[in-house]
Amino acid sequence: MTTIPTIRVQADRFDLQMEIDALTAGRQDIGAVVSFTGLCRDEGGSLEALELEHYPGMAEAEMRRIGLEAIERFSLLGLTAIHRYGKIAPGDTIVLVVACAPHRQAAFDGANFVMDFLKTAAPFWKKEHLADGSTGFWVSAKDADDAARDKWR
Amino acid sequence: MMVKLVYFAWVRERIDKPEEEIELPDSVVTARDLLNYLKTLGEGYEAALQYPEVIRVAVNQEHIDHDEPIAGAREIGIFPPMTGG
Repeated sequence: MTTIPTIRVQADRFDLQMEIDALTAGRQDIGAVVSFTGLCRDEGGSLEALELEHYPGMAEAEMRRIGLEAIERFSLLGLTAIHRYGKIAPGDTIVLVVACAPHRQAAFDGANFVMDFLKTAAPFWKKEHLADGSTGFWVSAKDADDAARDKWR
Repeated sequence: MMVKLVYFAWVRERIDKPEEEIELPDSVVTARDLLNYLKTLGEGYEAALQYPEVIRVAVNQEHIDHDEPIAGAREIGIFPPMTGG
């Protein structure tokens, strides 16, 4: 049976348990579920929110391409990737990846792979809004993220 | 060639518009040609595309390299390196 990734780009929060249940309900072949949740992080109390901008249409399409590649490469039995957009306060969630496989290694690797490519290839951008009311900078892309992606080649 | 250009993040802010329809001269063949052409259209474009090598280009919502042709594009996205996740 071909696994179809569940891909969503949304302003609303997501519910981790609901997403896991949706992938595992009624199945007995899944032995491992790995989830990754990315949160908005503040360093030193200066951040009011991150504003997530995305390229509508391409964001979903790119996440789907990444998801399909992960399913194929790690023989995943289920995969969900959700990315939020809009203003997100420190401590709130930004991204969720859930990967299901018969065994844990493929589930860990699948979730890791999806995150590494999601960060470097899915068209999302973060802008800082600062606690003093000013608009801060666009977050810079990190070489470390490119390096993390390149390890899969 | 007539194409729709869509801009995101600081590229959008510096060009000061989210999208536009534009007629491209025949000399524009690759993504690199496109960025170099746009740079000549005014101050905002110049500020946005000052370092074209860091800019990402997507044709019909798929990433392409700078040396790839843009022929057949209906929509071309132009944006900085991505910082989602």
